[in-house]
Amino acid sequence: MNAATNVLAATARVALVGNPNSGKTALFNALTGSRQKVANYAGVTVERKEGHLKTSEGRLLSVLDLPGTYSLRARSPDEEVTRDAVLGRLAGEQTPDVLVCVADATNLRLVLRLILELKAVGRPMVLALNMYDIAQRQGLRIDLEGLQRELGCPIVTTVATRKRGVDELIAKVEETAKAGAAAGENTWREPSAAEIRQAHREAQRILKTYVRPPERPDTLTGRIDAVLLHPVAGLAILLGLLFLMFQAVFTWAAPAQDLIDTAFQGLGALVAANLPAGPLTSFLTDGVISGVGSVLVFLPQILVLFLFILLLEDFGYMARAAFLMDRIMGGAGLHGRAFIPLLSSFACAIPGVMATRVIDNKRDRLTTILVAPLMTCSARIPVYTLIISAFIPDRAVAGVLNLQGLVMFGLYAAGIFSALAISFLTRRLFWRGAVEPFLMELPTYKLPDPENVLRNLYLRAQIFITRAGRIIFPLTILIWFLSTFPGPPPGATDPAIDYSFAGRLGHLLQPLLAPIGFNWQMTVALIPGFAAREVAVAALGTVYAVGATDSAPGMLASTLAGQWSIATGLAFLAWYVFAPQCVSTLGVVKRETNSWRWPLVMLAYMTGLAYVASFVTYRLAVAAGLG
Amino acid sequence: MHDMLAKPIEAAADAAVRRLSQARPGDAGVIVDVRAESHPGDHGLGVEELQRRLLEFGFVEGAEIEVLHEGAIRRDPIAVRIDDMRVALRRRDAEDVWVRFSQRGPRR
Repeated sequence: MNAATNVLAATARVALVGNPNSGKTALFNALTGSRQKVANYAGVTVERKEGHLKTSEGRLLSVLDLPGTYSLRARSPDEEVTRDAVLGRLAGEQTPDVLVCVADATNLRLVLRLILELKAVGRPMVLALNMYDIAQRQGLRIDLEGLQRELGCPIVTTVATRKRGVDELIAKVEETAKAGAAAGENTWREPSAAEIRQAHREAQRILKTYVRPPERPDTLTGRIDAVLLHPVAGLAILLGLLFLMFQAVFTWAAPAQDLIDTAFQGLGALVAANLPAGPLTSFLTDGVISGVGSVLVFLPQILVLFLFILLLEDFGYMARAAFLMDRIMGGAGLHGRAFIPLLSSFACAIPGVMATRVIDNKRDRLTTILVAPLMTCSARIPVYTLIISAFIPDRAVAGVLNLQGLVMFGLYAAGIFSALAISFLTRRLFWRGAVEPFLMELPTYKLPDPENVLRNLYLRAQIFITRAGRIIFPLTILIWFLSTFPGPPPGATDPAIDYSFAGRLGHLLQPLLAPIGFNWQMTVALIPGFAAREVAVAALGTVYAVGATDSAPGMLASTLAGQWSIATGLAFLAWYVFAPQCVSTLGVVKRETNSWRWPLVMLAYMTGLAYVASFVTYRLAVAAGLG
Repeated sequence: MHDMLAKPIEAAADAAVRRLSQARPGDAGVIVDVRAESHPGDHGLGVEELQRRLLEFGFVEGAEIEVLHEGAIRRDPIAVRIDDMRVALRRRDAEDVWVRFSQRGPRR
C-alpha cells in the first residue's frame, strides 16, 4: 500500500447541513479555523466552502459547509447544491461519509422535519445541538438520551461561538466514520403536501415527548421587534442605519483609499525615476502598478460595507430590513433584500454586486445586479464636479437652493429613477408573472461574535482580491496597452494618446457619437475612461494637453467651457449617468454570474440608454439655444 | 389524514375562521387549513408549490399563530409567530392559510 492510498483511507468527508440561522457557519469556523478554502461549485455560482482538520487519532476530516435549507426539496440554486451534495449526485463532488446536522437547540421544530428527511437518505449522521447555552439559559429541557434513541443518531451539544462541544463533535464524527460507511438504502424522494403534514405531526410528537418548553422563553426579540418593526419608528431607524452605513463607506474608507492611492503613485514614481523611460517602464508604472492599485483601491470600501452587512446579518437585522423594505422595493419588482446591494452601489457598484448574494432567488438577484451600476457611484463624482463647474452657473435658485447642487441632485435622482424603471420593465417584459413568494424566517436577535465577523470579513477580502483581481487586472492592462501603443512618431505635436489604438478608435467612433454632440477629444477620453470613470477626467486633461490636472482642475474646467457648447456638456453628463464606463464592474458581474452573458447584456443596455439620454439631452439643449 | 372536502364547509359555518391574509396585529388563533387554490397561475411557482413551502415553514394545521406586525404600506407584509418561531410573509402568499381566530387585536 503506498502513501497516497493510506492518506485517502484515513480521510473522511463530512458535510454540515442545517436550517439557516442555526449557527452552521460558526460551527464550521470552530471546526476548521483558518484552514478554509472558498470556491464555486462546478458550473454554478453557489459558494463552496471547504475546510480541513486533523483529529487526535490522525485522521483527516474534510468538512463541507453546505448552504442552509429547510428541506431537501430544493427551492433555490443554493438549496439544490445542498440536496445534490447530500444525495451524492453533485457533479465533481464525492458523497459525504458523515452528515452533521446542525440544529438551533432553541428552535427544533423545523429542523426535526429536516432530520427526518435526512434519515431517509440513509447516510451516517451526527446531530449537533448548537446554541445549547441559550437553550439552558431559557430553561429548555431536552431528553438527550431519549432523542438520541428516537432519531437513531448520536447527539452532541455545542456552543460554536465559544468552541464548546467541538472536540466531542469531532470524536463522534470520527467514531461514526470509523464504524464504516454502512450507508443504508436511500429512500428519499420529494415529499408531497400530505407527506410534509405527516412529517410535521411526527416532529410534533417527538418534540412533545423529549423536549420540555422553556421556563424563561426569549422575550427580548419580541421587545426589540416592537421598535424595529414599527411601521414608523422601524422605517426611521432603518433610514438612520442606512445613512450611517453610507457615510461610513464614504468617510471611513477615504483615508485608507487615499493611502493606497498615494502608495501606488509613489511606487510608480519610484519605478519611473529608477528605470529608463520606455515601453517597459510604462508597462510597469501605468499598466501593472496602476492596474493593481485600481483593484486594491476598492478594498477599504468593500471592507467597511461588508463589516456592516455581516454585523447586521449576525445580529438578525437583515431579515427585518427586508421586511420593512419589501413593499417599497416590491413596487419596482425588486425583492426586499435588494436594497442593501443597491444602497452599497452608491459607494461603488462592485461591493454592491457582491452583496447581491443575500438574495436567494436567481431572477431577483440578476435584476438587482443589472440595475446596481445605475446608482451614482463615487467614481462619477469627479466627472460630475468637473462638468458642473465648467457649465452650470453657480447661482441661487428660489433664494435658498444652489443651481449646481440641484443639478448634482438631479443626476443622483436620474440614476435611482432609471434603476427602478429598468427593474420594473425587466419584470414586466422578460420575467413576467414570476412573482416569487416572500417567506422568510425572522431569527431571534443575537449578539454578533467578533471572531466570526472578522473571519468572514477576511474571507470577503480574499474573494474580492483573488477572483475580481483576476478579471479587473488584465482588463486594466488591456486598456493601458490600447492607450499607449503605437507611440507617437518622432516630432509629433499632438498628445501621445492621439496616435494610439485608443486614439484611432476614438477617431473611428467619433461619427457615431457626433449626433449626441461629442467631439473627437471626448470620444478618445472615453476609452481610457473605461478602466474607471474618474480616469476620464485625467484623460480629458491629456487630450486637451492641460497636464497636471490634479493641481489645476479649475483650468481644465475653463478649457472645457471654452471648447464645448453647454449642450455638449449636458450631453456628457447624461452619458455618465448611464454609460457602463467601468471594466471592474463588468468583471465582477462576470464573476458573480459565472458567464459573459450578463456583463454583455449590461454593456449593451447601459450603452444604449446612455446614447439615447445624451441624444435627447443634446437635441433639447440645442433646440433651447444652448448649442 | 387531512380531509380536503370537509374543511371548506366547516370553515364557512364558522365565522371565526378567516384567511390569514385578512388578519391584523394582535389577532391570534389556530391554523385549521392550508390550501392550494388562490390565484392559480399568478404565483411564479404555482399554488401547489406555495402550499408546500408554507407547510415547510410550519404553516400546518394545528399550529398556533399570532400576527405580530405589519408593514407601513398597505399593511403589507406581515410578521407572524407560528408556535415558537417568527416568520415574515406577504399577504398575497397568506391567502390560503385559514385560521380559527380566538383573539382579536386592537384596531386602530
